[in-house]
Amino acid sequence: VHVIRVGQDAVLVEVADAATALDLALWARDRLAVREVVPAARTVLLDGLARPAEVSEELAGWTPGEGLAEEGDPVDVAVHYDGPDLAVVAEAWGIAAEQVPERHAEAQYVVAFCGFAPGFSYLTAREGDGPVPPPVPRRDSPRSRVEPGSVGLAGPFTGIYPTASPGGWQLIGRTDAPLWRPDREPPALLPPGTRVRFVPA
Amino acid sequence: MSLVVLDAGALTTVQDPGRCGWAHLGVPRAGPLDMPAAALANRVVGNPEGAAVLETTMTGLAFRARRGHWFAVTGARCEVRVDGHADAHGAAVWAPAGAEVRVGRALTGVRSYVAVAGGIDVAPVLGSRATDTLAWVGPPRVVDGAELPVGTPTGPPQPHDTPRPRPPGPLHVDPGPRVDWFGADALRRLCATAYTVGADSNRIGLRLKGAPLQRVRDGELASEGMVLGSVQVPPDGQPVVFLADHPVTGGYPVVAVVRVADLHRCAQLRPGEDVRFTPAPPPGGTAPAPGR
Repeated sequence: VHVIRVGQDAVLVEVADAATALDLALWARDRLAVREVVPAARTVLLDGLARPAEVSEELAGWTPGEGLAEEGDPVDVAVHYDGPDLAVVAEAWGIAAEQVPERHAEAQYVVAFCGFAPGFSYLTAREGDGPVPPPVPRRDSPRSRVEPGSVGLAGPFTGIYPTASPGGWQLIGRTDAPLWRPDREPPALLPPGTRVRFVPA
Repeated sequence: MSLVVLDAGALTTVQDPGRCGWAHLGVPRAGPLDMPAAALANRVVGNPEGAAVLETTMTGLAFRARRGHWFAVTGARCEVRVDGHADAHGAAVWAPAGAEVRVGRALTGVRSYVAVAGGIDVAPVLGSRATDTLAWVGPPRVVDGAELPVGTPTGPPQPHDTPRPRPPGPLHVDPGPRVDWFGADALRRLCATAYTVGADSNRIGLRLKGAPLQRVRDGELASEGMVLGSVQVPPDGQPVVFLADHPVTGGYPVVAVVRVADLHRCAQLRPGEDVRFTPAPPPGGTAPAPGR
């Protein structure tokens, strides 16, 4: 890992990929004196560190795989696979559009990180745990409005829009799962580290 | 006890120190942009420093309360009137039952803070009464006719507190995590010229216009976590200083990070004003001027 100091009390830890970032984030959350732990595609931000000068030393105590070992039960998300971009995804995957739902749902997913909007989760297919679908390009121009519950693909990620927003992901379906409820603990249905199974509805 | 808002102005929000611990779910921290001014308003009326206050934007606010109450206005200088009579800025003011309180247009600065003894007691969302204007997590934006509950005062007003003078001079910056995307002397170039505050600045970011910072490398940055005060540089080279409602992740490189102690000054910079940066002393060096 590569540690970059950010301002007075934060560091950005660079790692190989989203799975490693999640692993490190889950480990750090319970062991470091830190206000925010924000995993992303290739980094983990540790913000509000009580001891920023000592963080490299503390991170040396992390064994890769340790954070992910603490995962809970998978969440099933029922999806109506009727999105407008099934044909685009089928072409990227080299299969027929009718095969996209099965191909998408047979992989096992984990929430690598959240971002973009509260409760918007970036899911990656877990390697060594079923087939990993190939990456999918973003749309050339984003839609001005994507409906809440829309399930989309971009790059290696699957995401679900918790609220209506503009969006450039390829939409393959929709779900009624309650993704974001501020009165619930935790407010996000799919926080980082959650294992997810997509179930064709 | 509650306040009825007669005129919410251009943008009035409820703010307390903000919600921490939710960045990993994509939730901004929020909180008053001018934190020292909000804390002062609370101290003056006898509230804990973290009580919820009202943050106005340029055009002020008018409200009425059924019961008499102490209130204070701090931050951007403005007229304070109770039933038409001019009263003090930066001091505890008594408003009798039914009196109309008018917080005027900002004369200098942008954001005024209104604390009421007992604090604005709207329902907290995720542990905070702060409204975030990026994703609108938190209490709803204050609108004309809104009725805002007020808590029970916990202490007497403090007549002897005064605003601390604002330190003049440039904003102190530390090198950002991606300073190397802009060449070896990027920080020196950022600090060499004045930038002008853009009219599209808001609670999310202070948008600056000036000498563009050119990238020296190609390719896209994978989205990464952003801290308060990050100076992010989009492809047009015009820097944006991330303020309280900033997105928790971003895909543009961060060239520098403004010291938190200087950030409240960004709250009061008007469009068209100039701002400069200067390198903060490294750890162990001379401490920068305290920013409050």
